[in-house]
Amino acid sequence: MTLLSIEHLNSHFMTVDGIVRAVDDVSLEIGENETLGLVGESGCGKTVLALSLLRLLSENTKTDGRVIYKGRDLLKLKEKELRGVRGKEIAHIFQNPLSSLNPVLTVGFQISEPFLRHQGLKKSIANSRAVQMLGLVRIPSAPDRAKEYPHEFSGGMRQRAMIAMGLACSPSLIIADEPTRGLDVTIQAQIVELMKDLIKNSGASMLLITHDLSLAAQLCDKVAVMYSGEIVEYADIKEFFKGPAHPYARNFLESVPSRGMKPIRGISPSLINPPPGCRFHPRCDCSMDMCKSVHPPLTEVKDGQHARCLLYA
Amino acid sequence: MLNNILKRSGIFCMVLTVSTSLVFFMLHSLPGENAEVMAKYIFLGNVELNPSNEEVQLVKEKFDLDRSLLSQYYSWATNAFHGDLGRSYKTNAPVREEILIRLPATITLALIAVLMSLLIGMPLGILAAVKQNSTTDYLCSATAVLGISMPNFWLALLLIMVFSLALKLTPTIGYGGPSHLILPVVTLGTATTAVVMRLTRSSTLEVMRQDYIRTARGKGLDHRDIMITHSLKNALIPIITMVGLEFGHLLGGAVIIETIFAWPGIGRLLIDSISARDIPVIQGTVLFITLMYMLLNFTIDILYPIFDPRIGGS
Ligand SMILES: Nc1ncnc2c1ncn2[C@@H]1O[C@H](COP(=O)(O)OP(=O)(O)O)[C@@H](O)[C@H]1O
Ligand code: SF4
Ligand SMILES: [Mg+2]
Repeated sequence: MTLLSIEHLNSHFMTVDGIVRAVDDVSLEIGENETLGLVGESGCGKTVLALSLLRLLSENTKTDGRVIYKGRDLLKLKEKELRGVRGKEIAHIFQNPLSSLNPVLTVGFQISEPFLRHQGLKKSIANSRAVQMLGLVRIPSAPDRAKEYPHEFSGGMRQRAMIAMGLACSPSLIIADEPTRGLDVTIQAQIVELMKDLIKNSGASMLLITHDLSLAAQLCDKVAVMYSGEIVEYADIKEFFKGPAHPYARNFLESVPSRGMKPIRGISPSLINPPPGCRFHPRCDCSMDMCKSVHPPLTEVKDGQHARCLLYA
Repeated sequence: MLNNILKRSGIFCMVLTVSTSLVFFMLHSLPGENAEVMAKYIFLGNVELNPSNEEVQLVKEKFDLDRSLLSQYYSWATNAFHGDLGRSYKTNAPVREEILIRLPATITLALIAVLMSLLIGMPLGILAAVKQNSTTDYLCSATAVLGISMPNFWLALLLIMVFSLALKLTPTIGYGGPSHLILPVVTLGTATTAVVMRLTRSSTLEVMRQDYIRTARGKGLDHRDIMITHSLKNALIPIITMVGLEFGHLLGGAVIIETIFAWPGIGRLLIDSISARDIPVIQGTVLFITLMYMLLNFTIDILYPIFDPRIGGS
């Protein structure tokens, strides 16, 4: 069963320099109980894609397409109805917990807010639920910690607090944006363990955004590789790790530390004026003549693996 | 924390010493000046007349004014430290009393002006921020610019002309019932209100751009909850600093306004003592104003952690 289906989603920023096509004609699906990994180098549009779903982008953004969640198009929902979805049905765990937590409110209060908002709990009860949530994400002496402010937490604990906040109302879908970024390796491993458990126990679906493929390997059922605002590969996790089809996806996999740490040559393209034809062609080792002019469609390479590359068209 | 308090107390003492000694040396830099003024008051009872050389000499000897300035400053400072600011040349009353008598008038004026600026400036600032780039916003901003650019004395005269002379709605000048407060408060409060409004607008806009506001939206909170619980407390931080300084400024005596409205406050005392060359009063008033200013700063610093837990604390 499909829980969320993203269809031809565009998110463009109107800026003085021109139109930034951060998300360009993206279509993806997340099934019930499924975790989809969204990977790609920094600046390719992952965060913008995630923020588009619950319409959390700034006002200079033009978003169109369809985001169907349980039969309703989130992009067409009235603001008031959408507020009922945010934090209750779909939770967003934002990237960069330090700036995403309010510095002048206690962590406990910020975790209790979804309870106050969506379950109408009394303050004291919401507060004790918040303490429970902190315990659930394995923060020691949670009752005391709940009274502290974000700056008193370590990086790892802030990330846990963000996760606790997201899971508060047992959402059906969790959007987690770079939940391990900036943490040291042991803490990363703990967060991964934690998320594994939480997903297993809650039965929630997840869109996991990361630039870390090993994280995707551990948590995801499917993976989508994003490049320059587009999805260039979309595959079952097993197929993907057997061998990515798209040249960029291959390079991306080879760039991870455990697989040789080979950097991808060239620089990421501009999102205002992306290269014509295949956006990856200036950096691609397999580039052919027609790659400079023909924009490749996302095609099925084999069962459970799609790639946006003229080699397969 | 303790370290911080020690450091602050150190700075506190230093600023007090520098400001009072500066005033002291400036007032006493003309040789014989102090003795001459004293002689005028003691022998002639009037600053306009000139005492004879013998009279000046007599005063010098009696008060030991030929000592070095440093030693004179030292005696003044020691006395001041014990709460004795000397006596006014003009009235012969203790300077401390002269100041304390005028304090209520100044505090009333400053307090009401600051309250007015907060009560009007903050809601308008928030409104302008929420309706950014709307007609309301432009109207608020234009009014604020006007409020900031009008010189105080000019506004005071304008208000007197319109409201007391033409419309006869308020008393012109003086000190008494609440009606006397209206014009001075409006004059003093206008610029502060405008500054508060602009700062509230800009700091609210700044806060609304922050990631944690997005987090709040992501939780499903509505606009009102976000404004009240997430934005206001953050936006208040710069406003508190500004209002504290502004309040200190007003407490230090709104010199021009108190003079125009014949308001018997600290600022008026300073002006009067300067024209009367009443040196002990000038000195005492300056010390007092500095003290007020610094105490306010100190209070703000202590209050700060309540609004911004990142500061102070552990
Ligand atoms: N509010 C905005 N206005 C203009 N451009 C933006 C805005 N937010 C993001 N972008 C641009 O969109 C692109 C994608 O950003 P992002 O989604 O954050 O990348 P990442 O994949 O690292 O999460 C970047 O080039 C960024 O500069
Ligand atoms: S379309 Fe051409 S340039 Fe693009 S990835 Fe495939 S081979 Fe490389
Ligand atoms: Mg990102």
